[in-house]
Amino acid sequence: MLASDATAVARWRAQRLETAQADPDRRTELLRQRAQATRRDIVTMIGRAGLGHIGGDLSITDVLTVLYHHVLRIDPEHPDTPDRDRFILSKGHCAAAFYATLASAGYIPHAALATFMEPLSELSGHPNRTKVPGIETNTGPLGHGLPVAVGEAIAARLTGRDTRVFVALGDGEMQEGSNWEALMLAGHRRLANLVVIVDRNRLQQGARTEETNALDPLDDKLAAFGLEVRMVDGNDVAQLLEAFAPSTTGKPVGVIANTVKGKGVSFMEDRVEWHHKVPSPEQITLALEELA
Amino acid sequence: MTAITTGAGAAQYDNRLVFAEQLIELARVDDRIVAVCNDSVGSSNLGAFRQEFPDRLINVGIAEQDMVGVGAGLAASGLVPFVCGAAPFLTGRSLEQVEADVAYSQHPVILCGMSPGFAYGELGPTHHSVEDLSWLRPLPGLDIVVPADRRQTRQAVLSAVAAPRPTYIRVGRTKVPDVTVEGDELVRGRFNVARTGDDVTLIGTGTTVAVCLAAAEHLAATGVSARVLNAAYVAPLDVAAITAAAAQTGAIVTVEEANTAGGLGAAVAGVVVTLPRSSRVPMRLCGLTDFAPTGSADYLMQHFGLTPAAVASAAREALADA
Repeated sequence: MLASDATAVARWRAQRLETAQADPDRRTELLRQRAQATRRDIVTMIGRAGLGHIGGDLSITDVLTVLYHHVLRIDPEHPDTPDRDRFILSKGHCAAAFYATLASAGYIPHAALATFMEPLSELSGHPNRTKVPGIETNTGPLGHGLPVAVGEAIAARLTGRDTRVFVALGDGEMQEGSNWEALMLAGHRRLANLVVIVDRNRLQQGARTEETNALDPLDDKLAAFGLEVRMVDGNDVAQLLEAFAPSTTGKPVGVIANTVKGKGVSFMEDRVEWHHKVPSPEQITLALEELA
Repeated sequence: MTAITTGAGAAQYDNRLVFAEQLIELARVDDRIVAVCNDSVGSSNLGAFRQEFPDRLINVGIAEQDMVGVGAGLAASGLVPFVCGAAPFLTGRSLEQVEADVAYSQHPVILCGMSPGFAYGELGPTHHSVEDLSWLRPLPGLDIVVPADRRQTRQAVLSAVAAPRPTYIRVGRTKVPDVTVEGDELVRGRFNVARTGDDVTLIGTGTTVAVCLAAAEHLAATGVSARVLNAAYVAPLDVAAITAAAAQTGAIVTVEEANTAGGLGAAVAGVVVTLPRSSRVPMRLCGLTDFAPTGSADYLMQHFGLTPAAVASAAREALADA
């Protein structure tokens, strides 16, 4: 089990305070800078490992940054605090983005990122809560995170805690039936403390979602299951900050985060092959330049 | 050891009833306990629990994958969820959830497989839970408990609450006699000795412990002394008891209301083949290897040789190989 990094946590606390106190434009700029730093970590990690799911990592980065650097009520030095907010990355194949974000908050040392997918590393290709602090549940097979999040949201209500539970899913992942079982229950129970985020980059491993097994109209579908739906630009931190505001209707919140797969690296953006293609050394240099 | 009466005329019990009684008793003093079910309030015998703790009975509807995931989320939040559903659907439909969300994530969910084995008899193989042991046994970090009677069913519930860990409990509906006596405590990873003996060892689990005890009577009538072990825990497995049985008796017969491919029989055989040649005894695996034909639970036990006479016969065959 990795341990938290006190220096990094202190820096994260200072940054969060600065972000909280900044005016809206400055806040947006600070969060945007942190997201770019995380993107650079992702590209470096995947380049070093020679493995990873870079396209989806880069599309979800802004969501992760806004959550961990402004929204979530968390304490990286005490990751098991009972009244913490929960975050589950159901699209567990985007572990690189998750680990880089956890490192940016000090849950794990930044140096550990260099071990991503090395033999015996705690940082496996998919997140493991028994190895990495801050991870709520192990994901990897798709369609697992949302039911667990629903259980956590029910538990918060049963125990009288004002905990919020956030879960991020890939859009292709919405083809899994287990998610719709969980959405039915979330809507039926009016779990207003639950936020379901769909990383709507419109590409799955092999093709466009709409060419594979169409998801649209996803907003109508989520609304029909009893969610308060918010459709935003998921790579725009200002819009995400609004999207993560508490429910106004007493229903669970569904955030359709319209994103670009490979966001931030021109030659990867919206290209299906960058689902899990690994950049060459030259491409890594180019990508890091674009993300500078 | 106190004599155990399992023969004709012994009182028989539905263990789901004591399961529910014990769960309610504990829930009265421990508000971490919640029950989760899949429209199975009746078949899981949770009606009284719902009446007393309406908020703590979470019925997810007919949605087993969601049910196990929700259980993991509740456990991750410090509650002790008893996730109850008919065993074939709880284990088969949700196997990946049991693997990823419970065993691999190490969330202390108590999975309660109701009416396992042939309990649903005439409803056919879709409703029989005879593969559950085979599916779950390879999952690291998941305990498999098969209580044989009322005492062990109560103790399985008590243990799950005292030290919550990822656990599957096979909660029988088929009425069975009591096969343990005071002092036969349910101990994690241990078989109970239901009868001592030196010639052959019969290992039963759940409903088949009583079958093994009756088979031992048959064998005794012809001068064969049978040890009977009650595999109340299938995982962790009692390797020491199996090793001792192989060293001290001439053959081992496993008896399960389950498929022998990957179940208790395979587990025991996996230990026996690794022993030194001198104690690598002959074995017979009683259970099934095919989908069941139409028939009542009783009929199917006979059809697949899970009767005292058939088990005694398997024991004699195994001894003849020794």
